[in-house]
Amino acid sequence: MIRLEKRPNPSRLWTGLTPILAVLLTMVVGGFMFALLGKPPLEAIRTIFWDPLFHPQFAGYSRPQLLVKAGPLILIAIGLSVGFRAGIWNIGAEGQYIMGAVCGAAVGLAFYPAETVLLFPLMVIAGALGGWAWAMIPAFLKTRFGTNEILVSLMLVYVAENILASASAGWLRNPEGMGFPGSRNFKQWASVYNDELVINTGMHWGVVAAFIAVIAAYVLMARHIQGFNIRLTGEAPRAAKFSGVSPARIIFLCLGISGALAGMAGLFEVTGPAGQISIDFGSGYGFTAIIVAFLGRLNPFGILLAGLLMALTYIGGELAQLMLGLPGASIQLFQGMLLFFLLATDVFTNYRIRLTGREVA
Amino acid sequence: MADTLLSIRGLTKAYPGVVANDDVSFDIMKSEIHALLGENGAGKSTLVKMIFGLVKPDKGEMVLDGVAYAPGKPSDARLSGVAMVFQHFSLFDALDVAENVALGMETPPPMRDLARQIREVSENYGLPLDPFRVVGTLSAGERQRVEIIRCLLQNPRLLIMDEPTSVLTPQEVEILFQTLNQLKSEGTSILYISHKLEEIRTLCDEATILRLGKNVGTCTPREVTARQMAEMMVGASFATPEPKAGEKGEVLLKCDHLSMPAPGAFGTPLREISLEVRAGEVLGIGGVAGNGQDELLMALSGERLAPKGTIWFKGRDVSRDGPIRRRDAGLLSGPEERLGHAAAPNMSLTENAVLTAARRKRLVNNGFIDWGKAKGFAEEVIARFDVRTPGPGVAARALSGGNLQKYVVGREILQAPDVFVVNQPTWGVDAAAAAAIRQALLDLAAKGAAIVCISQDLDELMEISDRFGALNEGRLSPTRPVAELDIEKIGLMMGGAHDMEVAHADG
Repeated sequence: MIRLEKRPNPSRLWTGLTPILAVLLTMVVGGFMFALLGKPPLEAIRTIFWDPLFHPQFAGYSRPQLLVKAGPLILIAIGLSVGFRAGIWNIGAEGQYIMGAVCGAAVGLAFYPAETVLLFPLMVIAGALGGWAWAMIPAFLKTRFGTNEILVSLMLVYVAENILASASAGWLRNPEGMGFPGSRNFKQWASVYNDELVINTGMHWGVVAAFIAVIAAYVLMARHIQGFNIRLTGEAPRAAKFSGVSPARIIFLCLGISGALAGMAGLFEVTGPAGQISIDFGSGYGFTAIIVAFLGRLNPFGILLAGLLMALTYIGGELAQLMLGLPGASIQLFQGMLLFFLLATDVFTNYRIRLTGREVA
Repeated sequence: MADTLLSIRGLTKAYPGVVANDDVSFDIMKSEIHALLGENGAGKSTLVKMIFGLVKPDKGEMVLDGVAYAPGKPSDARLSGVAMVFQHFSLFDALDVAENVALGMETPPPMRDLARQIREVSENYGLPLDPFRVVGTLSAGERQRVEIIRCLLQNPRLLIMDEPTSVLTPQEVEILFQTLNQLKSEGTSILYISHKLEEIRTLCDEATILRLGKNVGTCTPREVTARQMAEMMVGASFATPEPKAGEKGEVLLKCDHLSMPAPGAFGTPLREISLEVRAGEVLGIGGVAGNGQDELLMALSGERLAPKGTIWFKGRDVSRDGPIRRRDAGLLSGPEERLGHAAAPNMSLTENAVLTAARRKRLVNNGFIDWGKAKGFAEEVIARFDVRTPGPGVAARALSGGNLQKYVVGREILQAPDVFVVNQPTWGVDAAAAAAIRQALLDLAAKGAAIVCISQDLDELMEISDRFGALNEGRLSPTRPVAELDIEKIGLMMGGAHDMEVAHADG
């Protein structure tokens, strides 16, 4: 008989091993699925995980995409992970991401066509504030009226999407755009264009910010008393209160950090890879970042790796659709498996399997 | 003498890393109240779980009334006539007594019949209980009656009771003992688990003592002293706390008509609580569980802020200060619930040191935690309070209850508080560890600290307190010097339980 037995201490070995095991299991089961679809499994796996980086023909284009896609995922996921550690479930990072982009872009466009080096930093701050302010709504409602932050933050995503639509079709529309929806293109405005810092790497300011956020989050959670208070609140809310931690402050802090980082990610995106405010600006980074945060075990360096891995499956998935004609849904299923196997193998962190002989009555 | 009801032969049960029971053998006679004694972690719970079918032994056998007995699950045990009253009740607050009893039955009779049966049993055994009262409104003693009656409805041959008196007033204990003696006279055997040695001496016919999973001896409790039994239990003589003499200093902590609303639906409001504690003094606060102990602790620790002008520390109004500012000033506290309140279960002992000692022990510089220093402090607590653990990196939940209690109490005491408020400092702790904790409290008072000790263990309060007060429905009785009191007067001060008198007394 197989029995699960709770470990006295969470296993450190398994904490590190589960993501790797999950990736391997995804490859095996995913490959099996691709085979059932009549596609060569090994080639499909290679197309997803290897070709985006090393294919002689496509890698030149797809390799920079890795950081372009991973940057916002990591930046948002880091912010979310701080809240998740405290048991504060901000599901609305997508909305904060959109509001950051809209606010930052609006501040920038107010100064159009000024050419000054101060403008871009100002827009970054405005973007962060936009995301922060959007996240303060669920924080305020939760602390004041006890509402559920999951629902409020999620609903605010749809509000943000409508604001985005009205901005791109109305008040931020490019006056010289011949009536087409969408703002002015930031790529044509030297002072604020968030271009690659090193050519052909995909490394723009947003990626730099993501790396800084990884290190800052690590220091905060591992060394700083506020990080300790956040973890304590998540682990044992009563003990946190006994220690003197104000639950309301933690809610404002966590939602504030995640909102500001998501807003910043939105600003870097709109001034860089996206280039303008448009109706389809919201691309789901805010939701995918939730998966990234958990795939990275809410650990900053784990999130860094998970963000890169997630970005890779996106790019590789697109490539596989193009090259092998795999259906898009099978790629989504493949990504879903990753999370599924991670959660499944996660059991071994806190439990161990014991094989016991058949018990006699 | 009567013959053997349950014979336990060579029961062995090992868990990874620890042998909980090692070749334990003893007999329970018919019509006998048999005590099972032992320190925390001595293997008492494992043993009774095996008897009740919750755990299967690795080796050994049991014989119940001449028939081989190996229950696979609790319902098997119940069918064989073995019933158990657990230390922690499993009752639903929102349901009434009869509904709760019905929930524990395989095939409950119609509610009206069940209510009649409950009334009969409660009359027969002097356990007054209205089957239609909602459990949420019952005192702890009354809740225990629900559990006992639930067992008695099955006419058990063996009734197992795990620490039954820890939540009762002296009068309620009296009623319980009468019930148990009546059951005994009717031929039921009782396996009685307790830490309270005096109780065992009054009630029990035989006692089996476990130490580190082994049966270390059997005695007749009436013929030995409590001290002798305690020594068998811990395997060495332990120090009885010494009461201290000396002048009491100035008033360090004062509550002035402290009233607060109840924190939740089943909480207790605090009503006009006034008290004073002086330097070097121990104020004992007794009372039946659920009469405002937790609420008083939270008001004094600063977790819930009190109305202005109600709590004074060294002559300063601290009513509106949170836990951090009170700790900075020297007012420290230790809540009753170890896991989840005094300590975070999944965090290491080092992290749990930071939980309260961050500022007083300067474990934090400019907001950054000095983990080396925190580990040092955790190791100091572990060493000074004899906390048995592989090291400070272990998660709090991995420690046994008694060891974690030593850790959380030690953590506060080593921060040298001026006033220390503690709720149930030795709850669930074995005799040797309890004595060590009490001694540490007395030492702290001797150094000039004021101590407020909230406890349900009256013997403990009598032992260490200078003055005594009792909580009853959120009110505190006037506090009086312990020297003027006896157990009878104290019971009346506590006076919280409803219908205290024995319902009837024949049988």
